[in-house]
Amino acid sequence: MRQSNWAREVAVVGVGMSKFGAFPEQSSRDLFVEAFLELRDIIDKDFELDQIDAFYLGNFSSDQFEKQAHLAPILANWVGLSPIPAVRVEGACASGGIAIRQGALAIAAGLADVVLVGGVEKMTDLEIAEVTEALATAADTLYEIPAGFTFPGFYAAMASAYMTEFGADQKAFHQVCIKNHQNGALNPKAQYNQTIAQIMAAKKARAVQKGKPSPEWENEGSFLSDPRANPSIAWPLSLFDCSPVTDGSAVLLLTESKKAKQFTDHPLYLVGSGQASDGALNERKTLFNIPAAVTAAKHAYAMAGLKPEQIDLAEVHDCFTIAEIMASEDLGFFDRGEGWKAALDGKTRRDGPRPINTSGGLKAKGHPVGASGIGQVVELWKQLRGEAGERQVEGDPQIGLAHNVGGTGQTCVVNILERRN
Amino acid sequence: MNSKDFYLALAEKKLIGSSCQVCGLQQVPQRKLCPQCHAENTQITTFSGKGTLAAFTVIRVPPMHMARAGYGSKTPYCVGIVALEEGPSVSAQILNVDLANPDEISIGMPLRMTTIKRESDPSERTYLAFEPC
Repeated sequence: MRQSNWAREVAVVGVGMSKFGAFPEQSSRDLFVEAFLELRDIIDKDFELDQIDAFYLGNFSSDQFEKQAHLAPILANWVGLSPIPAVRVEGACASGGIAIRQGALAIAAGLADVVLVGGVEKMTDLEIAEVTEALATAADTLYEIPAGFTFPGFYAAMASAYMTEFGADQKAFHQVCIKNHQNGALNPKAQYNQTIAQIMAAKKARAVQKGKPSPEWENEGSFLSDPRANPSIAWPLSLFDCSPVTDGSAVLLLTESKKAKQFTDHPLYLVGSGQASDGALNERKTLFNIPAAVTAAKHAYAMAGLKPEQIDLAEVHDCFTIAEIMASEDLGFFDRGEGWKAALDGKTRRDGPRPINTSGGLKAKGHPVGASGIGQVVELWKQLRGEAGERQVEGDPQIGLAHNVGGTGQTCVVNILERRN
Repeated sequence: MNSKDFYLALAEKKLIGSSCQVCGLQQVPQRKLCPQCHAENTQITTFSGKGTLAAFTVIRVPPMHMARAGYGSKTPYCVGIVALEEGPSVSAQILNVDLANPDEISIGMPLRMTTIKRESDPSERTYLAFEPC
């Protein structure tokens, strides 16, 4: 693959996000409109709808979740954007990250100056078994799914390889969960606003209320180690290692960078972007990481002229806790085999040297799959502009990275954003 | 050479793949086009069915097709990636391992191929499986 660079630089000039969660009353278009209205309100300066030249939508499978294909023109129409080109892009759980890249490509190519990028997934209408079945279509349904794999199962298998290779244990996974819930508790848009300690206390209180003895969990670690509180889903992963099923939408407004200041005084510049693909899990030489992430990151860093140590904070694709640990190595933040120790040592906490998933990540913020990659950039926008409120990272962060994975790593997109003073 | 050949071979208890007649790359399942040298000159090969466990999980929340076959939270199953002695790896159910103690299942353990039919399976397919040897 050749080294790439934008022919025209691209900036993010506004963001919007619906609340993430389970919303039986709302369809994907309602969620999208909610996110779009927030974007419209957030743009600091003048913004007219007719300035938007094209719309790219990240959506994995409205066909399966809502029996609605061809979603992009419907959403464009719903916010008054017809007849601009409206395109849905699909890359499983990386659909949102790809949509950002496709929108940026349209600008870089000179086809558009202003692009709306959206992501949406409405997942909770289906029963959980049906959701599992729908998500499974992101894997190889000819050979992997018939073998008996599920998505937790794929990541569990990677976890088994990781644990054997590097001597990690489930305590490191628990720390990722505890951290991401702590961050999610400070994110009003997150699906879960409770820390693990709060969830544990609530369960104790419920037991006492029912006249049962209070469970003897000493701390969050012992709570997460108790299979009655945290049942096994796919060994070595348990319930609290898994991101939830979520409804939600997020949007960004991208412009050609010279026009960015027409919309806001504090744009973020898309300084690096990389994308890579791969075969099924059994095709890979290593099972303890995601090779496509290594490739995508390499390209994004080269394009940005940056090194991993220059990234101030990152939103990574923690669909399962092990995925965050692998990402922290694939992105070069820690040496291979050291990511689990970094998680145990608190290095990836909000106040640590390498903050990861300050939004709560997919684990606590929620994982509406087509919107997740865009939701990551919404968090970077807030953090890099100093607007993250209680969860703001200190030290005036300037460079953020979003890492979005599709399937077991058949797709990975890495986008790097920079605020310039 | 079509996708369904893999399952037709399994019904005869054979694990097939392809081998490239130009560069020698072996693949499971079979492919017409070699992904390494890009030659369109591969032949179906029967693999020995011997390998080692490369990664695995014990699943307690099964997908619908496995639930129909009787698997569930109290009746889990093991699925994994098996590195075949010829080189390629394959996804398969792993039988006759201690499902109650996944800690005791070890990566690197030698396995041999077998097959499995699953209950209430409308396709009545024969699936690939491995067991310790």
